[in-house]
Amino acid sequence: MTTTVMPRQRPAMGGFNVPNLLLEIRRVLRNRRTLFFILVMPAVFFLLFGLPNKGQSLDNGAPVTGYIMISLAVYGAMVATTSGGGMVAVERAQGWSRQLRLTPLRPAAYVATKVLTAMTLGLLAVLVEFVVGAVCGVSMPAHVWLLSGLAAWLGSLVFAAFGLFVGYLAPAENVMQFLGPILAILAMFGGLFVPLEVLPEVMQQIARFTPVYGVGELARSPLTGTGATAGAVANVVLWTVAFGFGAARLFRRDTQRV
Amino acid sequence: MPTTTPAVELTGLTKRYGAVTAVDGLSLRIEAGEVVAFLGPNGAGKTTTLDMLLGLARPSTGSVRVYGDTPTDAVALGRIAAVMQSGGLLKDMTVAETVRMTANLYPHARPVAEVLDRAGITDIAGRRVAKCSGGQQQRLRFAMALLPDPDLMVLDEPTTGMDVEGRRDFWTAIRRDARAGRTVLFATHYLEEADAYADRIVLIRQGRIVADGTTAEVKNLAAGRLVRATLPGADQVSLAGLPGVESVEVRGDTVLVQAADSDEVARYLLNHTSARDLEITSRNLEDAFLALTTGTAADELQGSTR
Repeated sequence: MTTTVMPRQRPAMGGFNVPNLLLEIRRVLRNRRTLFFILVMPAVFFLLFGLPNKGQSLDNGAPVTGYIMISLAVYGAMVATTSGGGMVAVERAQGWSRQLRLTPLRPAAYVATKVLTAMTLGLLAVLVEFVVGAVCGVSMPAHVWLLSGLAAWLGSLVFAAFGLFVGYLAPAENVMQFLGPILAILAMFGGLFVPLEVLPEVMQQIARFTPVYGVGELARSPLTGTGATAGAVANVVLWTVAFGFGAARLFRRDTQRV
Repeated sequence: MPTTTPAVELTGLTKRYGAVTAVDGLSLRIEAGEVVAFLGPNGAGKTTTLDMLLGLARPSTGSVRVYGDTPTDAVALGRIAAVMQSGGLLKDMTVAETVRMTANLYPHARPVAEVLDRAGITDIAGRRVAKCSGGQQQRLRFAMALLPDPDLMVLDEPTTGMDVEGRRDFWTAIRRDARAGRTVLFATHYLEEADAYADRIVLIRQGRIVADGTTAEVKNLAAGRLVRATLPGADQVSLAGLPGVESVEVRGDTVLVQAADSDEVARYLLNHTSARDLEITSRNLEDAFLALTTGTAADELQGSTR
């Protein structure tokens, strides 16, 4: 043998790499269906249900349109991160996960790519909703824009974990078709479509324990001035841990399956 | 790495699913550079064996070594790559994106343009996977498997479901690629494929190897050969007494001898009789395959594997 053979190596970071992250994001962005539910629908909801309240104020003088805009940003972000995490369901159904086991990619690097893709989508959803709001004349102090946006975005990590959990639970190509209605119901209980106060008392009590409640409260708190309540923080942390733990367990079962 | 390390070493490999034994104490050694066909009927245990070779399934007992490594390490190092039978492609991606995404997982992948060219799919690089035919998807899987420039290429029934033309194109791509020194192991139930593209055939039935040798050897094991010559007044008794002769038939001036050792018969006919127009033909591989993979003949032949 006269050929010089390059010593064989494993990839750095288990195969995680930025070019593939960008490819993943591009994949999602050219899916019209996903874009519609993540970017267009929340914006249209704002135009339909937010704008008619223009000029009205909350008890503390903050604009009602801001309240609705932030709620819909949370909704957009949660749909975005759920579908980002839920991509594993599609990829397992199509056998791509198995194909990846014939490459050096480590499962943890795969999941990291999915979470980062989901969070990028979530950020995009928040930004689009905020831009629509700003263009339509929503006026809030700078710190409210920033803190509410960050809370809506970071809080949507709960749903990236939720999407992964469902993705590892059910390898289905149409996972978002049955997750969509579930997310809508959860958003309802999280007070994203109507303020929780208009719901019956018993519903309000139940709502506090549902996974959208915490992120909704936290995202709106800079505007309403209620501050971050312990209940809201606990809600976000516990649901993130619950879905994250569930996803991790199923993920381990999946990667060990032989 | 010392050249004595075999490309594949399976030792006492067994895989049980509950009460079903899919692979039953299978041992196999493949040297670097061999092109081996893994031939057997559906359900013989071919795919299960390949899954264990690739680290996709864990053996119940026995061990797998790929160039001395575990399958997982061999995959991580890009030493082994595989073309699976179906699935494993994302429909919404283009051919080039799929290859690029896979290439990004290897520290020293071959260039994307190069593997597309070698697999013969440069012209459909921009096509969505969903719009590719089965044959095109299979060549895409082949392009992906070329990326790490593997020492061992495993193909699991790579041409299943392809039409004749697709099959020919696929094998043309494989042959064009045949880099000196690359070991190839392919599973197939197409006899012609094993016959045409392998140096060695490993015949498997019910999770066991029932025959292992060159194409010619495997054919001989089951079928022997037919020696035909023109020999007026042939002495049937002395012909039937030759070693390995199964039957002797005389039709006019023509004598037909069915024998496991056709060389011996031919030598006798030419040296000791006035036979002329001698012809030796083998029964086709299909017959050998059927004889070995069904019935009891296969069990008797197990001792004669190499």
